[in-house]
Amino acid sequence: MANLKEVKNRIQSVTSTQQITSAMKMVAAAKLKRAQDRITQMRPYSQKLTGILQNVSSALDGDIENAFGETREVENVLLVVVSSDRGLCGAFNNNIFKAAVNLINDKYSYEQKHDGVHILPIGKKAFEYFSKRKYSVVDDYYDMFQDLTFDKVKKAAEFAMEEFREGNYDKVELVFNEFKNVATQIVRTEEFLPLQSVVPKDGEAKKKDVDYLFEPSAQYVVNELIPKSLKIQFYKAVLESNASEHGARMTAMGQATDNAGDLLKQLKLTYNRTRQAAITKEILEIVGGAEALASNS
Amino acid sequence: MFLEIITPDEKIFEGEVDHATFPGSKGSFQVLNDHAAMVSSLGKGDLKMVITHNKKTEETHMAIDGGVVEVLNNKVLVLAEHVEK
Repeated sequence: MANLKEVKNRIQSVTSTQQITSAMKMVAAAKLKRAQDRITQMRPYSQKLTGILQNVSSALDGDIENAFGETREVENVLLVVVSSDRGLCGAFNNNIFKAAVNLINDKYSYEQKHDGVHILPIGKKAFEYFSKRKYSVVDDYYDMFQDLTFDKVKKAAEFAMEEFREGNYDKVELVFNEFKNVATQIVRTEEFLPLQSVVPKDGEAKKKDVDYLFEPSAQYVVNELIPKSLKIQFYKAVLESNASEHGARMTAMGQATDNAGDLLKQLKLTYNRTRQAAITKEILEIVGGAEALASNS
Repeated sequence: MFLEIITPDEKIFEGEVDHATFPGSKGSFQVLNDHAAMVSSLGKGDLKMVITHNKKTEETHMAIDGGVVEVLNNKVLVLAEHVEK
């Protein structure tokens, strides 16, 4: 049987761990709420932008030139890997890294051989993971989850777009976690550049019959709108990942709290058993001693 | 007319205004009531809106750093990436 004091110490330490995990769960829940609010805040902007873009491109009859749609022979690839700043969120980061590494090995193994694959990590975890291994890392933008705003995300997106336009990268892909619900994240790989179609797929059907005036010209407006819509796509990926992170952490910490509860139950049982055994032993000794005395006299 | 100013982070303004002046890419312009449907790109500059409240006119200025504005049926929608109040 285990030592009574040992078990007691164990119970104490498990209890305090449980307190920490349940506090972390609550913090994650609060942050998840904020992350989801950000997504809802961004949604009207993105919808209206898509709406205007649809109107303009229907006015141009799909005859749109843009620097971001150019398909080139792929030699240099930029992978944007969105992770989190902190750990303790289950397999969240590992799933992303695995997906990114698989993508490189399967799709870009040829480019990787002559150092044509660069990684733009977002979140400290991805930065640490990829700089420890043999990958070329663009390390200017990974730190943005502390006080996440569009302005910060914009800079990373602008970097990717500028490098693509100058021909330094022929393809840019996003690897991130999509928020499905609190317990489920889906790892997604999205082709960011070259731009497939100017108008995002979700809602090409409706066309408004309004004659808009375009200032200075429709082509000019489209050229202004395309980078904006790309930045929003990038921002969306980061926000989704941020919400997923907190969701994943919440579930992980919830499970940890439950596990600690189970452990505590068992430990308490052991503790009581040990105590009982100790008492029984003591009584036996006393009774034995008393009997020995009685038979002597 | 109804004016709405939104950025990806938040809704900056929403409400009835008398008229508003925007920093268009090719010079600033003013939008009054019943303006024709229009989409214009905006440059860096000052956005001015005038609201009449109990017979008192009030002018509000904001600095925006590029964006687009859509005018349709007395609804003016400004999409900007960054707005400084």
